[in-house]
Amino acid sequence: MDGIMSKNNSEYLIERNDNVYEVVIGLEVHAQVTSNSKLFSSSSTKFGAEPNTQVSLVDAAFPGMLPVINEYCIKQAIKTGIGLKAKINNKSVFDRKNYFYADLPQGYQISQYKYPIVGEGNIILDMPEGQKHVGIERLHLEQDAGKSIHDVDPSNTLVDLNRSGVALMEIVSKPDLRSPDEVNAYIKKLRSIMRYLGTCDGNMQEGSLRADVNVSVRMKGSTDLGTRCEIKNVNSIKFMQMAIIYEANRQVDLIEEGEEIDQETRLFDTKKNETRSMRSKEDAHDYRYFPDPDLLPLEVTDEFIDQLKSEIPELPDDKKKRFIDDFKVSPYEATILVSDIDIAKYFEEVVAKMGKKRDMKLAVNWITVELFAVLNNKNIEINQSPISAKNLAKLINLIKNGTISGKIAKTIFELMLDGDIDPQIIVEEKGLKQESDPKALEVLIDKIINENREKAIEYKQGKEKLFGFFVGQAMKASGGKANPQLINEILKKKL
Amino acid sequence: MTEITSLSLFELIKNIKEKKISSNEVAKSFIDRAQKSKKLNAYVTENFENCLKLSKEFDNKPNFDLKLPGIPIAVKDLFCTNEVRTTAGSNILNNFVPSYESTVTQNIWNEGGILLGKLNCDEFAMGSSNETSFFGNVQNPIAKDLVPGGSSGGSSSALAANLTPVTIGTDTGGSIRQPASFTGTVGLKPTYGSCSRYGIVAFASSLDQAGPMSKDVKDSSILLEVISSFDKKDSTSIDFKRNNYSSDLTRNIKGIKIGIPKEYRVDGMPGEIESLWKKGIEYAKDCGAEIIDISLPHTSYALPTYYIVAPAEASSNLARYDGVKYGLRSSGKNLIDMYEKTRSEGFGEEVKRRIMIGTYVLSSGYYDAYYLKAQKVRQLIKQDFDQAYNKVDAILTPSTPSSAFKIGEKSNDPVSMYLNDIFTVPVNLAGLPGISIPAGTDKNNYPLGLQIIGKPFDEQTVLNIAYSMEEKINYKNNINDWWME
Repeated sequence: MDGIMSKNNSEYLIERNDNVYEVVIGLEVHAQVTSNSKLFSSSSTKFGAEPNTQVSLVDAAFPGMLPVINEYCIKQAIKTGIGLKAKINNKSVFDRKNYFYADLPQGYQISQYKYPIVGEGNIILDMPEGQKHVGIERLHLEQDAGKSIHDVDPSNTLVDLNRSGVALMEIVSKPDLRSPDEVNAYIKKLRSIMRYLGTCDGNMQEGSLRADVNVSVRMKGSTDLGTRCEIKNVNSIKFMQMAIIYEANRQVDLIEEGEEIDQETRLFDTKKNETRSMRSKEDAHDYRYFPDPDLLPLEVTDEFIDQLKSEIPELPDDKKKRFIDDFKVSPYEATILVSDIDIAKYFEEVVAKMGKKRDMKLAVNWITVELFAVLNNKNIEINQSPISAKNLAKLINLIKNGTISGKIAKTIFELMLDGDIDPQIIVEEKGLKQESDPKALEVLIDKIINENREKAIEYKQGKEKLFGFFVGQAMKASGGKANPQLINEILKKKL
Repeated sequence: MTEITSLSLFELIKNIKEKKISSNEVAKSFIDRAQKSKKLNAYVTENFENCLKLSKEFDNKPNFDLKLPGIPIAVKDLFCTNEVRTTAGSNILNNFVPSYESTVTQNIWNEGGILLGKLNCDEFAMGSSNETSFFGNVQNPIAKDLVPGGSSGGSSSALAANLTPVTIGTDTGGSIRQPASFTGTVGLKPTYGSCSRYGIVAFASSLDQAGPMSKDVKDSSILLEVISSFDKKDSTSIDFKRNNYSSDLTRNIKGIKIGIPKEYRVDGMPGEIESLWKKGIEYAKDCGAEIIDISLPHTSYALPTYYIVAPAEASSNLARYDGVKYGLRSSGKNLIDMYEKTRSEGFGEEVKRRIMIGTYVLSSGYYDAYYLKAQKVRQLIKQDFDQAYNKVDAILTPSTPSSAFKIGEKSNDPVSMYLNDIFTVPVNLAGLPGISIPAGTDKNNYPLGLQIIGKPFDEQTVLNIAYSMEEKINYKNNINDWWME
């Protein structure tokens, strides 16, 4: 049987003619450093400006112009390294990577080759089958290139240098990933850590996060690495996964046909869903790396690093532990709540605003079910939520203290969406307060039993399912405001 | 009164401050002389009209507290000058007009200097005779068809011919000191990091350094005081305590220890260079210096090391001249074709040769054997000097292995041309300050220079030694204005 088999949720194996292959994946993520100015110049990095309006003489490589390192970008890279539990190197070196291209004004990219600012670290992935550690090989700083625009003018390529010189962190993983699902989890976790740190906004649509994907395959159980192909510049998780699936299967097919895999650089065609050869190893550029003589080696002291360590906020793994310990949420719920810093912030604000008589279960449910549904529907992030944490906490408290029922709460929630209205006001204005007066409810229930005599008899004879019918009728008669718990109690007594 | 153009910078400043002459008169005199000296081909771009205008403005509102009050100065065309064409002696920048000013020239204008114009130089400062310039050869005012040295050949020629009171050059392997030696003038290469490289067209970033060129040592000290400054725009600029070089200048060098490196006695060195060196030692003794024999064992590796490091950096530094953003652009069928045509037409032979050498030594598979090895040797050369400076305060050597040669004599023999830098390149590799002062003549009556090398940041000692030796040597250029008709 040919096909793809899966033993558990995130494993990815390819089976051909009784051979079982696994895929080995390493990622080189290019993350744009969150910084107001570029790595070696004071130009703005704001996204979406008119072409060539954020370009200094340094960015455009005018004669005699010299790079001057932006200390903020160094701090950001070190913070990211700390977030990846990585070794911070006291000394690193900026090299020139030489190649010609129209959107590379200097004729070289300033990057770090032999001596990166950050060394080995690791990231923990929360997979359905448990935690997985993925090694980080290194993190280095480099300049982004400009942008070549080929589709505006019929006969010319246009160049926009706004991006030229923007600081990037290249974060290289070890070849520890084994499936598209792990790649998804890895990118999301890396993005999450950087967003917690404020070192990269992780916005893939704006190109703040892109990756080169290294893919090889080998027989399941083998410890040798196969020949890898590098798929360049993939800018969404979905495309990364599609590219990996295509590429891994292509490689397996070649092996099965007894052919060799060429080590090469490939491009992913998102329209055709296939990878194509870009250049072979023989055609690989000779970048002639050498230390940039315009920049001295970068030296950072232990004190400098320690100072940055003291500025590191609580990161997802620690936050998750705290949520489980302090708020008694499940590990699964905690994983969701800490996956993004803004979700975690929102949750913690709701918890704080709920006060002493807080109900964690309600809070988690209302955020991860009701609110997430709204955000998904509107395709917005939680920091743009139409309902503030404060008002959501109020709503939850109204349920908790019995003022409204869960069902009414949903109605109120809908009404709150239109301008973040205080749920208390909605309750008062619309008269939605829960009916919790036993006498009034008894009158109401007596009336319903009288109107449904036959069903009441059937119930007494043992048709217990009918209990729900009576509850429903009572709720309906009260306009949904009746306290469901009281209804239950009274019905049991009266029937 | 002596002709204005033959006055030293110091004398000009004095006369202007005492209101004996105006800035405008000074500017007029130099411009007038330059108009009659076109045959020297020292200028690439004249700024005469603007200079006259600015000198008038200075006279109307003089500020005598400035260090260069209303002094017109021509500069090497490697310094970017705001709104004045800057070519680096290359066709590829033939039409390039910067919108910014180099820090070194800005320092001069801030102290009252006025730009006379831009002086010819070897293309991208690559050459020792000014023959690689796209704008043609420069004549040495000493004699017809003699090279003025290079790469600051336009600067040395203009200075020796009294077309500018002082000038600034750049020195990557000897490009200030060698032309000074060839023209009987003074040229100082400061410690690497003393003068900002911001706005100077880069040749080899780890070696390039701007410096003063002048008729005498005192003038160099005045100019160095102006141009040397810490600059945040250059990451290799060094924030050290700079002397008031001109007011701290003294002829009292009694007891100063001067080293004589035996390795500078190279094979085939002309007898007249040997005897000049010997005379220099005697002058130094006369000045009260103590002479000590020293060894700089790795000297013979300096030239090959230099011709790996400098082209490697140059090959990368010159990649930006690609026809895309500014400068020359030749039309091509596609991007690669445009690159090839632009750079083929834009660069001259010597520049292409060095780009190819540099590209080769950085290539994968050759990097370790050439570039990395050269960097290691560079460290050894530096250590040689460090060790020598445990024993001595400065080092005395000849500036060049010969006097100026004829135009065309070495232009087809690059290696023989490169040998010109044999005494000067170790100083750049070690990042040290070095000065060349005129010390005598050869059998043709062409000038010869002596070089004084100092400790890092110790320009003052270098200047002081030069200042006192200059008095004893009492050299005078014998220039008969042969180029004027």
